[in-house]
Amino acid sequence: MSDRVATARLSRAFVEALSREKNEPDWMLEHRLRCLELFEKLPMPRFGPDLSELDFSDLAYYARPVAPVRSLEELPEEIRRTFQALRLPEAEQKALAGLGAQVDSEVVYRSLLEKVRAQGVIFASMDQAVRDYPWIREYFMKVIPPEDNKFAALHGAVWSGGTFIWIPPGVEVAVPLQSYYRMQTERVGQFEHTLIIAEPGSSVHYIEGCSAPRYTRAALHSGMVEIIAKEGAKVRFTTIQNWSKNVYNLNNKRAWVYAEAAVDWVSGSLGSKVTMLYPTSVLLGPGASTENLSFTFAQEGMWLDAGARAIHKAPHTTSRLVSRSVVQGSGVSVFRGTIRVEEPARGAKAHMECSTLLLSPQARSETIPLLRTETDDVEVGHEATVGRVSQEQLFYLMSRGLDESQALSLIVNGFVSPILKEIPLEYAVELRGLLEMSFEKAVG
Amino acid sequence: MPTLVVEDLHVNVEGKPILRGVDLELERGQVHALMGRNGSGKSTLALALAGHPNYQVTRGRALLDGVDLLALTPFHRARQGLFLAMQHPPEVEGVSLREFLRLACSERGQGFCEFHKHYPSAVAKLAMEGLDSRGLNVGFSGGEKKRSELLQLYLLRPKVALLDEPDSGVDVDALRLIAGAIRDLAQSGTAVLIITHYPRILDHVPPQSVFVLEDGRVAERGGYELAHRIAEEGFEEVLR
Repeated sequence: MSDRVATARLSRAFVEALSREKNEPDWMLEHRLRCLELFEKLPMPRFGPDLSELDFSDLAYYARPVAPVRSLEELPEEIRRTFQALRLPEAEQKALAGLGAQVDSEVVYRSLLEKVRAQGVIFASMDQAVRDYPWIREYFMKVIPPEDNKFAALHGAVWSGGTFIWIPPGVEVAVPLQSYYRMQTERVGQFEHTLIIAEPGSSVHYIEGCSAPRYTRAALHSGMVEIIAKEGAKVRFTTIQNWSKNVYNLNNKRAWVYAEAAVDWVSGSLGSKVTMLYPTSVLLGPGASTENLSFTFAQEGMWLDAGARAIHKAPHTTSRLVSRSVVQGSGVSVFRGTIRVEEPARGAKAHMECSTLLLSPQARSETIPLLRTETDDVEVGHEATVGRVSQEQLFYLMSRGLDESQALSLIVNGFVSPILKEIPLEYAVELRGLLEMSFEKAVG
Repeated sequence: MPTLVVEDLHVNVEGKPILRGVDLELERGQVHALMGRNGSGKSTLALALAGHPNYQVTRGRALLDGVDLLALTPFHRARQGLFLAMQHPPEVEGVSLREFLRLACSERGQGFCEFHKHYPSAVAKLAMEGLDSRGLNVGFSGGEKKRSELLQLYLLRPKVALLDEPDSGVDVDALRLIAGAIRDLAQSGTAVLIITHYPRILDHVPPQSVFVLEDGRVAERGGYELAHRIAEEGFEEVLR
């Protein structure tokens, strides 16, 4: 069983078998089948990167190459090495409240500190949670309904694995919870579902890391994240993705933010062939707030289409969207930022700031801000800059004895520092390492 | 034997000859002044020696302790012991002066402990407290930029320091700090070249020798008294 690889094509029969295998309640099977129908009807996205090479008939919609393990030591060598590089085993002991790991379609490892469990916190695989907590039905894919877009519908039909987090009222989880997602099998599709419900007055920081070995054929990652932050709750959601350059990374992430609650999205996108990622916060109650900090590093042959959306629906809500993009080689970086202030959102404040640094003559970037306000009583600000590393800066740093790649890496690190300082240390270190490595290659 | 020897240096900028055969020598532990009118080529000499890519050397040599600088990249020139304090240093967002200097000093072989031993007193000496944790030169006033350059110079301890107008746009108090740091530097053995068209700073740091650049060549050379003559009579008269 441990080395078993199960793969399957997309069909009604497959969806039924998947649901049966997972021993799901009937409502979930019905949901999946409705999603499958929607997927077949809905059009491909009408904006953004070219997805024509993504062949839905050439993907494995389910794979389970690794059996569940009880300790990180039992994980396959390659994954263990990745974890060690990120110092996750150490972090699990010292700096995390809980750690989960998913390989392809199934969660293979999960731990939660006893004292956090005793507070009533639930940190479970999504599959398990659907079986154990019938009330999840009221929340599952309510924040992002399958009608929203083709990939939301696909996700709803074939989702597997992922994380369910429930924080009881007033409970503050002091140290982060973390999950790591690995795509291991060639041309696999990974569709993990993450649902976080933070009850009134609670707080949690959740971190996702992602990676995959490189194959020539395309693979698809289409996860979904739904966050419900109730009155006064605080949720921070950090994702660092370093998918290999054959992965289409097309995600849906959205939060409902109730009165006086805060949801912060922190995203570092370093890998993938194509990424489409627009974490969205819907500010539903008075005083709700959101921050969205995004860093993208589009390298040779990559198209990173990222952005952020803040929808203000209540008075005195605030949003701050900050993006830093670095583009190298023939990379493409697009930032789509949407701020919508609806009529009831009097006294709202919104700020959007996106800067792009182009490292090569072929590098391309575009910034597409969309600001719409339906009330006059609002403060909205927007700044955008696109620049290149100036010869004067490079010469200046080199005249102090730094070589070209050190100088370049210092300039780029400085440029992304407003985001980098918000990223957990281990990932920030990995990220700096990746940046430096790619400059050494670029400079030769 | 001088630390830096420049011989017959010719430099073009955008194909146009700016320097037409400069000769000068800088001695260890001495202060030198390079004076001249606007456009006489003073900054060109400094930037060409430091290796700025826009300045093409078409003829000549520049030897630092016998090593031909002109064959080296800018960072290798720096590692040989050349330092240029720029007239208009660029801003680098998100990189603190402190972090940058720590990296630059470690490239020059200063360990963590050595850096941390010298750093606080150097920062205090140039009144850079609080500025060193902000973005490098970002939002610095003219005088703060000059002091930032001096702080870098002070910590990197080069063999040869070229200071391109360290006195422009600074008030009297800052000028004293800057002059003090330059004197210290020379005392510790650095060969210093102060580029200026205004002799005021030289009252605080008396030079042992003065070069006057005119039309891309050293037209006049002498001791401190030459700077006085320029102050009193002007370039026109001295170069007549």
